[in-house]
Amino acid sequence: MTTEIFGARQKRREDPRFITGQGNFLDDIKLPGMTYAAVLRSPYAHARIKSIDTAAAAAIPGVVAVYTGQDFADVNPLPCAWAAGGVENHLNTPRILAIDTVRWTGDGVAMVVAETPELAADARDVILVDYEPLPVVIDAEKATQPGAPQLHENAPNNICMAWTCGEAEPTAAAIDAAEAVVRQRIINQRLIPNPIETRGSIGRYDPGTDEYTIWMTSQAPHVHRLLIAAFILGVPESKIRCISPDVGGGFGAKIFVYSDMVLTALASKRLNGRPVKFVETRLENYVATTHGRDHITDIEVAGNRDGTITALRVKTFANLGGYVSTIAPGIPTTLYGRMLKGPYTINNVFCEVVGTYTNTAMVDAYRGAGRPEATYVLERAVDMFADEIGMDPAEVRRKNFIPKDAFPYDPGLLTGHSGLKLMYDSGNYEPALDRALAMAGYADLAAAKAEARARGKYLGAGISSYIEICGVAPSKWIGLLGEGWGAGLWESANIRVHLTGKVVVTSGSQNHGQGHETTTAQIVASELGIPYDDVLVEHSDTSGTPFGYGSYGSRSAAVGGIAAVKAAGKIVEKARKLVAHMLEASPADIEFEDGKLFVRGSPDKVKTIQEVALAASVGYDLPEGMEPFLDETAYYDPPNCTYPFGTHVAIVEVDEETGTVDLVKYVGVDDVGKKINPMVVDGQLHGGIVQGVGQALWEGAVYGEDGQLLSGTMLDYALPRASKLPHFELEETVTPSPVNVLGVKGAGEAGTVGSAAAVVNAVVDALSPLGIRHIDMPLSARNVWRAMQDKEARA
Amino acid sequence: MIPTGFAYERPASLDEALAALARGGAGTKVIAGGQSLLPLLKLRVASAERLVDIGRLTELKGIRELPDGGLEIGALSTYAEVRAATRLAFAAEAIEGIGDVQVRNRGTVGGAIAHADPASDLPALALALDYSVVLRSPRGERVMPLDGFLLGAFETAIDPDELIIALRRGPLPDGAAGAYRKLRQPASGFSIVGVAAVVATSGGSIAHARVALTGVGEVAYRAKVVEAALVESDGSPAEIAAAAAHATDGIAVRGDIHADREYRTKMAVVYTRRAIEAALSRSG
Repeated sequence: MTTEIFGARQKRREDPRFITGQGNFLDDIKLPGMTYAAVLRSPYAHARIKSIDTAAAAAIPGVVAVYTGQDFADVNPLPCAWAAGGVENHLNTPRILAIDTVRWTGDGVAMVVAETPELAADARDVILVDYEPLPVVIDAEKATQPGAPQLHENAPNNICMAWTCGEAEPTAAAIDAAEAVVRQRIINQRLIPNPIETRGSIGRYDPGTDEYTIWMTSQAPHVHRLLIAAFILGVPESKIRCISPDVGGGFGAKIFVYSDMVLTALASKRLNGRPVKFVETRLENYVATTHGRDHITDIEVAGNRDGTITALRVKTFANLGGYVSTIAPGIPTTLYGRMLKGPYTINNVFCEVVGTYTNTAMVDAYRGAGRPEATYVLERAVDMFADEIGMDPAEVRRKNFIPKDAFPYDPGLLTGHSGLKLMYDSGNYEPALDRALAMAGYADLAAAKAEARARGKYLGAGISSYIEICGVAPSKWIGLLGEGWGAGLWESANIRVHLTGKVVVTSGSQNHGQGHETTTAQIVASELGIPYDDVLVEHSDTSGTPFGYGSYGSRSAAVGGIAAVKAAGKIVEKARKLVAHMLEASPADIEFEDGKLFVRGSPDKVKTIQEVALAASVGYDLPEGMEPFLDETAYYDPPNCTYPFGTHVAIVEVDEETGTVDLVKYVGVDDVGKKINPMVVDGQLHGGIVQGVGQALWEGAVYGEDGQLLSGTMLDYALPRASKLPHFELEETVTPSPVNVLGVKGAGEAGTVGSAAAVVNAVVDALSPLGIRHIDMPLSARNVWRAMQDKEARA
Repeated sequence: MIPTGFAYERPASLDEALAALARGGAGTKVIAGGQSLLPLLKLRVASAERLVDIGRLTELKGIRELPDGGLEIGALSTYAEVRAATRLAFAAEAIEGIGDVQVRNRGTVGGAIAHADPASDLPALALALDYSVVLRSPRGERVMPLDGFLLGAFETAIDPDELIIALRRGPLPDGAAGAYRKLRQPASGFSIVGVAAVVATSGGSIAHARVALTGVGEVAYRAKVVEAALVESDGSPAEIAAAAAHATDGIAVRGDIHADREYRTKMAVVYTRRAIEAALSRSG
């Protein structure tokens, strides 16, 4: 049951405090007796630590303590919570401070705690470390080759895991039998996530109660508490409280457990309870917080000259960095390989992934997490195949789309090690393609190309038809006996209707920019038929919220939102019994509509939900056995994920002399199912598209062969700028998800999943007169110019 | 992002500032708008034992037209102030491409010249307009052409006790027009290649040509072979292209992760040609 608040373009209630500088972010928190930590990081990508001299640092007045790895030798390394499913994983996770070997530039070596942040930084800089440099490897494929430097004893050839999905032999046979085959190596370059707020933590130990409180920039405070308690510190969860205050974006990088979360807590204990604050600088964020992507992939796509794609075989080297981060192995496996069929009926797909260690920062989930990589592979493959057989790429897509009457559709690949068969829930792909092509003026492309040529430009259009996997769950599918995720992936919500009729919702999910305080309130207001302003949403503090797995995988609406619906349903059921008692009717005869409960056929015999709340709260007259108060908690583990989709089209112009790419038009038709708040969805799509365009055109983390991060500041790491982007023209189709009662699918990552391939396809289309079939990202002026030169040189 | 500690002085007059510099010694740095030095200090790439802040010296502010038709720009004039004052449309365009609004409101032209960043735009613009640098020390004042003052990356001919007090130029030739063309480094916005061209024609041929490049070599430079090839030519596309081909003659071209040496060299030629063509199309 819904009222109009569900689906309304409600302005976000979070925004006034953010816009006016009244947010409460980690670095805003001031505690009595606070101390400040600075971490000394390795300048070498691979080296043995021969000795560390902290005397000069410790002697600076105002320095409270200096710690090295030896001081925490009894503390467990950080845990890995998602090993790749069904295969052996050679896991190596970092210690909170390195003890004898550093494995990437940025690996923590020592930590200073001082009375001020300035003193901590000064003292950090006078710590003397004697390193013995070791050979370095930064490339995910070279790391596996003979003679490569070895990072970990238990991982021969630096291989963490080798994982496959799909059917090898039928795929090989289909490729052999195909009329046309295209082979291409493509690079999905390494990215730096760049949330506007860097990471940090504050640890405070209470000697009186033996309890830790850790404030952290976290997308998943309950998971952080679980992992820190059970796997690192070995104390009960009840002794740790994790609080994630306002968080300025994460894009995945704030899902993971980081050393400082543990270091600040342990240092506070050693300092008899003085709070210890650590906030990373942007420089540290670049070298020490996780990166994303970094795949080297060989593609073979095969099919018939009528446009039917019959087989796709990919082999991917996925760079994991110097160690595995918290969920790193799951990203290039389950969330990548199992999505490689996309929206198409490709009968034979085989994917092999080799996850490797290199002397680089750890790589883990970054917005889209595996699905942008899969979409990029597939959408580049479709375009190259279309080019090979001389068919319009739009027609190749149309030819291979899963037909709308085939849903729910079993792509096969999604059936993982649990044996649970996951099906694409719902879809209708062709209308989105048709509409996007119309919006882009695809039919008039030839004229536009000719007009651009007269100006010294090459114009091109690129299509990307994507599907997404959102609402990532069910626990049985993804968990340990399935895809290897170390726990469950359900979500929770608690609803309390207070005596005044005002409602407090607590959620185990977490809000770091998505607007959950607004959208969750819209759901609950709608379900209970009460004013939106009467619903307060609380989250992100393990004390006072039910356990939940947090925000990532575009799952807060499709999983967390449904938990809120279920909790509201329990409230209504209890209210129904109470109203039946109050009106001397049978509960079966009580109807609920728009916040009112009335006897069927007698709408004048009515109680509002607020009147029921009062009656339940005072408890003067309750039915036999009913507990006072309206307070219900629900846990929701969905039977399936959800599968949004859409088509994006980019139009670019390439300067014939310089290789400079201008994105001149961008259209998208996205289907994210039902929308709780279309304005919030627009924001998610816009930001997501920008991140994909950023990867296509500008961004790239570049390591030198010695393992130094050459793109180590924003002066060299090119983030997208509004001034370089056109207005996005977005439309929608709406195919509700049958998986959940709201029909929602998820929107947090869809834009990123679809956009990079659209832009690259457009540039390659523009340069197709030169015979160019692929250029690796980023499509910087230099890289595009180089590709043009290579073609001219060969011509 | 916290600098190491430093002493801080804010002299109240130019004479006091010069005295403070003269007392100076190693580890003293001058700060004006702070748009280059402060980030370096905060990144701990640079350090200072003592900062002399000249940012509030009103004597070094102001933009004055000179009796001979030339122009003098006080060293503490901000980019935004110069942008507002200039009558040269191409100079305004070039300045609008420097940094962002905050940088242009705080950053000073004297600071930009003294810093001598290899990729900053202002030095190329000033070279093409034949600016000189007015330097003052307790020993007196000297005027030095900018061409020759810029020695290398972050290196100038300034003495440790000297301050840049102004940039000064003479009148431009009749009918002179200019253009600035820039290939932006996508992250920093600095120039991978920035080319300032100023030309004047007389009787159907080019009478005056100044072409200066930034981002390409150690520091901004005048492409004198290009200039010489342009003067007395008819300015045809072929002549311009032939001249522009010498854009990097004698220059050790830089390479970095954004533009390798070969690409930067080729782009120097392309942008030089485009800047000259644009300047010529505007000249009387």
